[in-house]
Amino acid sequence: MVLKAEPFVVNLGPVHPSTHGVFRLRATLDGEVVVNIEPVIGYLHRGIEKLAEGRTYTQNIPFTDRLDYLASMSNNLAYCLAVEKLAGITVPERGDYLRVIMAELQRLASHLIAVGAFLNDCGAFMTPILYMLREREKILDHFEMVSGQRLTYAYMRIGGVSQDIPEEFLPALGKFVAGMPGYIDEYDGLIKENEIFLARTKGVGILPKDLAINISASGPVLRASGVKWDIRKADPYSVYDRFEFDIPTGTAGDCYDRYRVRVEEMRQSVRILQQAMAQIPKGKVRTEIPLTFRPPVGEAYGHVEAPKGELGFYLVSDGSIAPYRFHCRAPSLINLTALRDMMIGWKVADAIIIFGSIDICMGEVDR
Amino acid sequence: MAIAGPITYYGTLPQVPPDWPGGFWGHWGTFVGIILVFVLTLVMGFIWVERRGIARFQARVGPNRVGPFGLLQPVADAIKVLLKEDIIPASGDKVVHWLAPVVAFVPVLLIFAVVPFWDGALLADLNIGILYVVAVSSLTTIGIFMAGWGSNNKYSLLGAMRAIAQVVSYEIPLVLSLVAVVLLAGSLSLNDIVRAQNIPFILLQPLGFFIFFLAACAEINRTPFDLLEAESEIVAGFHTEYSGMKFALFYLVEYAEAVAISAIIATLFLSGWRGPLLPPFLWFLLKVFAVFFLIFWVRSTIPRLRVDQVMAFAWKFLLPLAFLNLLITGVQVIVWQGVLPWPVIFVNLAIMVVLIVGWSSFFRLGGGRVEV
Amino acid sequence: MTVALSGKEIAARLAKQFPGSIIEATGNTILVKADSLPEVAAFLKNAPDLSFDYLVSLTAVDYWDYFEVVYRLTSIPRNHSLVLKVRCQGRANLHLPSVTGLWRGADFQEREVYDLFGIAFDGHPNMKRIFMWEGFQGHPLRRDYL
Repeated sequence: MVLKAEPFVVNLGPVHPSTHGVFRLRATLDGEVVVNIEPVIGYLHRGIEKLAEGRTYTQNIPFTDRLDYLASMSNNLAYCLAVEKLAGITVPERGDYLRVIMAELQRLASHLIAVGAFLNDCGAFMTPILYMLREREKILDHFEMVSGQRLTYAYMRIGGVSQDIPEEFLPALGKFVAGMPGYIDEYDGLIKENEIFLARTKGVGILPKDLAINISASGPVLRASGVKWDIRKADPYSVYDRFEFDIPTGTAGDCYDRYRVRVEEMRQSVRILQQAMAQIPKGKVRTEIPLTFRPPVGEAYGHVEAPKGELGFYLVSDGSIAPYRFHCRAPSLINLTALRDMMIGWKVADAIIIFGSIDICMGEVDR
Repeated sequence: MAIAGPITYYGTLPQVPPDWPGGFWGHWGTFVGIILVFVLTLVMGFIWVERRGIARFQARVGPNRVGPFGLLQPVADAIKVLLKEDIIPASGDKVVHWLAPVVAFVPVLLIFAVVPFWDGALLADLNIGILYVVAVSSLTTIGIFMAGWGSNNKYSLLGAMRAIAQVVSYEIPLVLSLVAVVLLAGSLSLNDIVRAQNIPFILLQPLGFFIFFLAACAEINRTPFDLLEAESEIVAGFHTEYSGMKFALFYLVEYAEAVAISAIIATLFLSGWRGPLLPPFLWFLLKVFAVFFLIFWVRSTIPRLRVDQVMAFAWKFLLPLAFLNLLITGVQVIVWQGVLPWPVIFVNLAIMVVLIVGWSSFFRLGGGRVEV
Repeated sequence: MTVALSGKEIAARLAKQFPGSIIEATGNTILVKADSLPEVAAFLKNAPDLSFDYLVSLTAVDYWDYFEVVYRLTSIPRNHSLVLKVRCQGRANLHLPSVTGLWRGADFQEREVYDLFGIAFDGHPNMKRIFMWEGFQGHPLRRDYL
C-alpha cells in the first residue's frame, strides 16, 4: 500500500532564518519531500542599474558596493575594470597590486561567511560561523585601515585605488596571512570529517557538469561540478597572471564539493596574498584623471572572478559623463537558476542546505 | 548488592523516610516545594550555564551585563518575555493553542516526583519508578503536537509531525536500554537502583549509557536531533506562533526536560546521590550538571541530522544495539553473578566498541533523493 | 586569456550557412536578424570549432528607436568569446525568440529583460516579471521611464 498525502505549499521566506536575506521560495511539499519550487525574488530590488544611468562614472562606485555587500571590493574592482576598458585608462602597478590584495582578502572574507552560513544551514548551532566571523573581523580591520570602512569600502577608483595604504598595513597583513592557514586547518578539524556533516552534504544536491555549464553557473558552484574555469586564469585581469595558484575543483558537484572548493580557494587566496605582498612595488597608486570625464562612445565589458562567481559590468557610453547603460552580470542571480534542478526530490532540510551551498547575496540578486 | 526491601504501594501510601521531617502531608508539601524550587532554579542556572558555556565554545563572551557575571540574565529574559503580548493566530484553534504549553510542562515536573535527591529523599518512592518516568515523559509530546496543530501554521505542523515520529521511534531503544539497568539493579524503583550502584552503572553498562544518552537527546529534542524546532529549516517548529508567557513555558519545558533527563541519567548510570566526602545532594547536583554539560557540548559542536537519517538511526542502529545489549546483560547477570566487576567492565567496554564500530560500517553516507 | 573572436570571420561563415541572417559585424560583435537568432545561436553552440556552450550574460539596451539585446557567449573548452546582438524595432509589443532551449542560463536573464525592458521572449517556459511585482505598470529600465 502506498500512503499518499496531499501536497501542500510552504512559503520559505522572504523572512526566514536561512534565506540569506529576503529570498522567497514557494515550495510544494509532499510530506517532507520537495515536489516543486518556485523562487520569488525582487524584494530588495533598488533599481541600481537605473540609478547608475543618472550618476557620473565615479559616483557609481559606491553603488557597486551595495550589490554584493559581502564582497564590496570585488564589485569595485569589476566596475573599475569595465570603466577603464571603456575609457582606455591604465592603472599604475602598485595600484594593481593593491587591488589584487584587496580582492583576495575580500574573497577570504566572503568565503568565510559562505562556509559559516552554510554550516548554520546544516544545523550547527552557530559555532562554525562564529569561528569564521572571528577571522573575518581581522580582515575587516585591514579594510578599515585602508578605507575607513568595514562593509562598503568604495576604496577603488577609476585608474587605481583611492589612496595608498598606511605603512602599518603590510606588516599587519603579513601577520594575518601567516596565521590564516592555521585557522583554515582549525575549521577543517571542526567540519571536514564530521560524520553528520558528511551524511548531510555528500551526494546531496548534485549539479552535473553539463548542466552547470548550460545554466551558466559560475564560481565555486561551477568548479565544484568539475569545470576548471576561473576568470583569474581563463582571462587574467589586473596582475593575476603574475601569481601562481591552483584552481580547486570538485568531482561530484554536490554540496560537500561546493564547501570543499570554497575552503581550498581560501588556501589559494592566502598563496596569492603572500606572493602579492612579496612583489608589491613602490610608486603611484592611481592615475590622475578628473572626477568627471567623458569616455568615447562605445561599450565595454569588464569581469572578475568574484567570490560568488563571474561578476561582470557591461557599460555602454554615449559620450556623456554618465553611463548610457549600466548592466551588472550578477553571479548570485544566475547561479540560482540551478536551484530547481538541485532541489526537487530532496527533503526540506536538504533544500535549505542546497540553497545555502550556492552562497547568494540578495543585494546582488535583486540589485 | 544492597537492595532495600520492596516498597508496597498497593492501596497504602508510600513510607515517609524516617530522616525527613513532618508527617505524611509534611513530606509531600516539603517535596513539592523542593521540586519546584529545584527545577526552576536549575533551569535558570542551566540557561545561564549553557549560554556562557556555549559562548566559550564559540570564542565569544556570552551574557555578562545583568548582575554579577550576567547571572541575572535569565531573570531579565523571563521578565521581558512575560511582558510581551500574547498572540494567538486568528485561524488557530484557540483552546488547543492555549492548553498546549500546560500539557507540555506538567509531565516534566511530574518526572521529578520519583528522582531521589538523597537516600530516600524523594516525593514518592514508587516501586515502578522507572516505568513511571518513561510513561510520563512521553506525555510532553502531546503538548508539542497540540502546539503544532493549534497554531495553524505549516512550519508548526511540520515540526509537530517530526516530533511525534521522532519520539515514538526513540522511545523503544530508550526503554530497552533501561531494561538492562533494571536487570542489574533488580528493581524498578529509582532509589533502589541508586542503592544497587556500588559501581556506577555507566561502567557496567557503557553501551546502555550510550544508547540511553542518544535516545534521551532525541526525546528532549536536543542537537543533533532538534528537528522539530530546526531553526534553519522550519523557523522555530512547533512554537513558531507562540509568544509571551506561553513561549516562556515552552522554553522552560525545553530546559526542564534537559534537567529531568540529566537527573535520570545521573540516577541510572552515575549512581545518583552516592559519592564520597561531599553531601549526597551535592553529588547529585554535580552529576546532573555533568550530564547537562555533555548535552550542551554536543549541541554546540555538531550539526543536525535529516529527518530520515534520524529515523534510520533509531531503527537501524540504536534498536538492534539495544537488543544486543539487553541480551548480553541478561547473560552476564545469570552467568557472572559472583565475578568481580573489573573483568566485566573491560569486557563490556570491548563489546561496546566492537558493536558500535561494526554496526556503523553498515551505514552509507549521503544520498536520500526521492523521485517525484 | 580568453580570445575575442573576430566578428567578421564568424559572420562570413554564418552568412554562408544562413544567408541573410547577419546585418553587420564589428570587432567582437555580430548583429543578427531577430528571425534567424535561434538557428544562428544553435549553430554557434553546436559547431565543434566554436562550441559556445556558456552564455555569460544576456541583457538589453534601449536606443530609443530600437532595443538591442546583447548575448555574451563564451566557450569553456576553447576559451574564446563572442558577442551576439539582436535588434528589436519599435517600443510596444516586442517579441524575440527565446534561447532558453540552448542555454538554460538565459532563464532568469530573459525574465529580467522582459520585466525591465518589456521584450517578451517567445518559447520561454515561465515568462513572468521577476523583480517587479505582478501587475506593475511600465518597464523601469527603458529610457522613457522616469
